[in-house]
Amino acid sequence: MAAEHAQHDEHPHASAAKYVQVAVILFVLTALEVVLYEICYGGLAPSMAGLSSQLEPWFVELLLFLSFWKFWFVAMFYMHLKFDNKVLSALFGFSLVIAFVVIVALLILFIYNRGLWWQTGQW
Amino acid sequence: MSSAAMDHGHSAGGHHTSLPIDNRKLAIWTFIGSECLFFATLISTFLIYRGQSVSGPGPKDIFEVPLVTGGTAVLLFSSFFVVMALNGAQEGNRKKLLTWLSLTVLCGMFFAGMQVYEFMHFYHLGLGYSTNLFSASFYTLTGFHGAHVTMGTLWLATLLKDAIKGNLPPEKSLNLEIAALYWHFVDVVWIIIFPVVYLMSLGN
Repeated sequence: MAAEHAQHDEHPHASAAKYVQVAVILFVLTALEVVLYEICYGGLAPSMAGLSSQLEPWFVELLLFLSFWKFWFVAMFYMHLKFDNKVLSALFGFSLVIAFVVIVALLILFIYNRGLWWQTGQW
Repeated sequence: MSSAAMDHGHSAGGHHTSLPIDNRKLAIWTFIGSECLFFATLISTFLIYRGQSVSGPGPKDIFEVPLVTGGTAVLLFSSFFVVMALNGAQEGNRKKLLTWLSLTVLCGMFFAGMQVYEFMHFYHLGLGYSTNLFSASFYTLTGFHGAHVTMGTLWLATLLKDAIKGNLPPEKSLNLEIAALYWHFVDVVWIIIFPVVYLMSLGN
């Protein structure tokens, strides 16, 4: 019975080679985040002023974009969501949607109370 | 009790629900779902109080990017180490399991140590818990994350002890998989905290 159950739960997870590939991708994405910061505000900003001025308006968006992909790779491959039962993906996805709604709702609520930021232009 | 009912009861005792998922795995994913909401409120609080402190020190006075980047890399590598350990456990490769799991526990200890050092350093620079809005929200968010890392490290250390004693055979690899899921969750939370709390606070 136990063996049946063990077999029942087995899903083809990624290979060790795939885990190494994902680790390299995660490392590169983290390095890109730090390099982005260094170009926009850190030690590289004076020597790369042109690129810095182009990237600076998009700093937050680019960081969130890089973080999203790191999150995705960990969830899909290391947490095995790509291979596991889709009910688990739905459970996690639903929680993330609610969490995102909570963050947006709280930000809007408190920023609104600070005095209509779309009129003052300041948070 | 009817035979069908007894069968059902036996099945439930064998960790299975009507879904083809072990109920321990379902439970850890449900727990992770609730943790998403917990950290969402803490991250929201940090963002709401961002730039609202009337007195220093602020993020630009104290944050050190190289130290935190090192900690981030260690945590990311620990996620890789734990999946390799799980791979070893599922294959029944004891040497692989022990090597990678030991490295994971060491990474967890390093990260927790890094955070303790960081907190002490900030405290000596004048950033107490109640110094300003930034300090309160920063310590609360990263402190809770650090507590999760510590719990995860202890959890993995108990599994390492089992593995050393030979009590983690392939048929019990789900025990490690569940702990690894928690560990990866702690990692993905840091994937959000690192840019949102550290890098964005240092930007304009």
